[in-house]
Amino acid sequence: MSFLDRTARAFLLTELFQGLALTFRYMFKPKVTINYPYEKGPLSTRFRGEHALRRYANGEERCIACKLCEAICPAQAITIEAEPRGDGSRRARRYDLDMTKCIFCGLCQEACPVDAIVEGPNFEYATETRAELMYNKSKLLANGDRWEAELALRIAEDAPYR
Amino acid sequence: MLAGLMPPEIWRLIVIVVQIVAIVLPLLVAVAYLTYAERKVIGAIQLRKGPNVVGPFGLLQPLADGVKLFLKETILPSGASKAVFIIAPMLTFFLALIAWAVIPFDEGWVLADINVGVLYLFAISSLGVYGIIMSGWASNSKYAFLGGLRSAAQMVSYEVSIGFVLISVLLSVGSLNLSDVVLRQKETVWFIIPHLPMFFIFLISALAETNRAPFDLPEAESELVAGYNVEYSAMTFALFFLGEYANMILMSGMTAILFLGGWLPPIDVAPFNWVPGIIWFALKICAVLFVFLWVRATFPRYRYDQLMRLGWKVFLPFSLFWLVLTAGVLVAFGWLPNQG
Repeated sequence: MSFLDRTARAFLLTELFQGLALTFRYMFKPKVTINYPYEKGPLSTRFRGEHALRRYANGEERCIACKLCEAICPAQAITIEAEPRGDGSRRARRYDLDMTKCIFCGLCQEACPVDAIVEGPNFEYATETRAELMYNKSKLLANGDRWEAELALRIAEDAPYR
Repeated sequence: MLAGLMPPEIWRLIVIVVQIVAIVLPLLVAVAYLTYAERKVIGAIQLRKGPNVVGPFGLLQPLADGVKLFLKETILPSGASKAVFIIAPMLTFFLALIAWAVIPFDEGWVLADINVGVLYLFAISSLGVYGIIMSGWASNSKYAFLGGLRSAAQMVSYEVSIGFVLISVLLSVGSLNLSDVVLRQKETVWFIIPHLPMFFIFLISALAETNRAPFDLPEAESELVAGYNVEYSAMTFALFFLGEYANMILMSGMTAILFLGGWLPPIDVAPFNWVPGIIWFALKICAVLFVFLWVRATFPRYRYDQLMRLGWKVFLPFSLFWLVLTAGVLVAFGWLPNQG
């Protein structure tokens, strides 16, 4: 009997038609495509994108060159050289970030005691040359100035969970 | 008026050339938009949008693709047998086009109204395998070679059952002329009704014959990179591509003529028979082509041994059985056409 059943199913192509019916129904479902450069998907406030160095509201840079980020970076993408500034405060002379090494783990922003280095919401920073991905301090500070509003919002959103 | 000015032979030649252009040009446009339709349909089934950037709704995408293929460099592999390598795609394309000579688009709308139309089509589609074998051999590359071998074995296997399907239909027509096939369906019913199992066997064999999914083993990208067309680029590749899609349209046309009543309207009553026959024919071709695309989006690729088993151990005996049954029924009920 099971043989008959199987043979009948095979010859009547029942399973094939079930499959076809399923794909036919799918044809009329709403599309999931996003027209990327014009439409963008939602991003979590914890999304880890391009890095930025933030400033205090009075324009003073936050980074104190404690090198915790450099120490924790598993990809060793960060290089910092520290020196006392004219007013005696400790500041980074160099803050270099190799974006081609970075694995976007977010450990630098976790390690930072002053919320200076953060990963922002920006993921559209593709460049035409490799050299442009070797970020220095001024580039990171410029990123911070550009994204500050969103960066502050993201930190505020995340604060209750810390 | 013009006809009177020149010798009748030349006039006939001009008429034939114009007719050929009138068939080939729409065919090439149809091929281009078949690739577009394929990407749209498969996109829709996979919940994607498909091409929608080049032109309104992406309608200019096929043109962009064509320009790209046209402008690229044709690479001749150093180990290839150059002449055969170039001839193979041309042969494939050429065969896909000449088959259209016997296809009737409407009553009397046929380039060559020959009495062996079905045999001619069968011969042309059998020759199609040469383009693929030649490309596989001439490329001098193992993937191309394996793809060519597979394709040859596959096309030969399914040709057999297609042959029996054709004979079953021909028995019910009593003529090898494709226009007669359609006219006979006007007198009786569309052959999809009496020959329903043969319709499915023909459709599935057509998938195998045109190397389409789920029988696209010759170009199985996961194992053979791209099979017989690995080494091809630019226009040589484009010719294979055009040939493959023109063959799909041809097979859909054959399905429409043999089983779906060619240019006949579904019901011969007022609103339907106002529509010109060629529109009905085009609609039927589109419907069958949609099935080709739909099947590609639905089913996974067959394994090689499953493919061979299906061809030789299922389709061949079944179509042979159906052939005998058809003959028996026609004789027993005295329905044989062209008696006396």
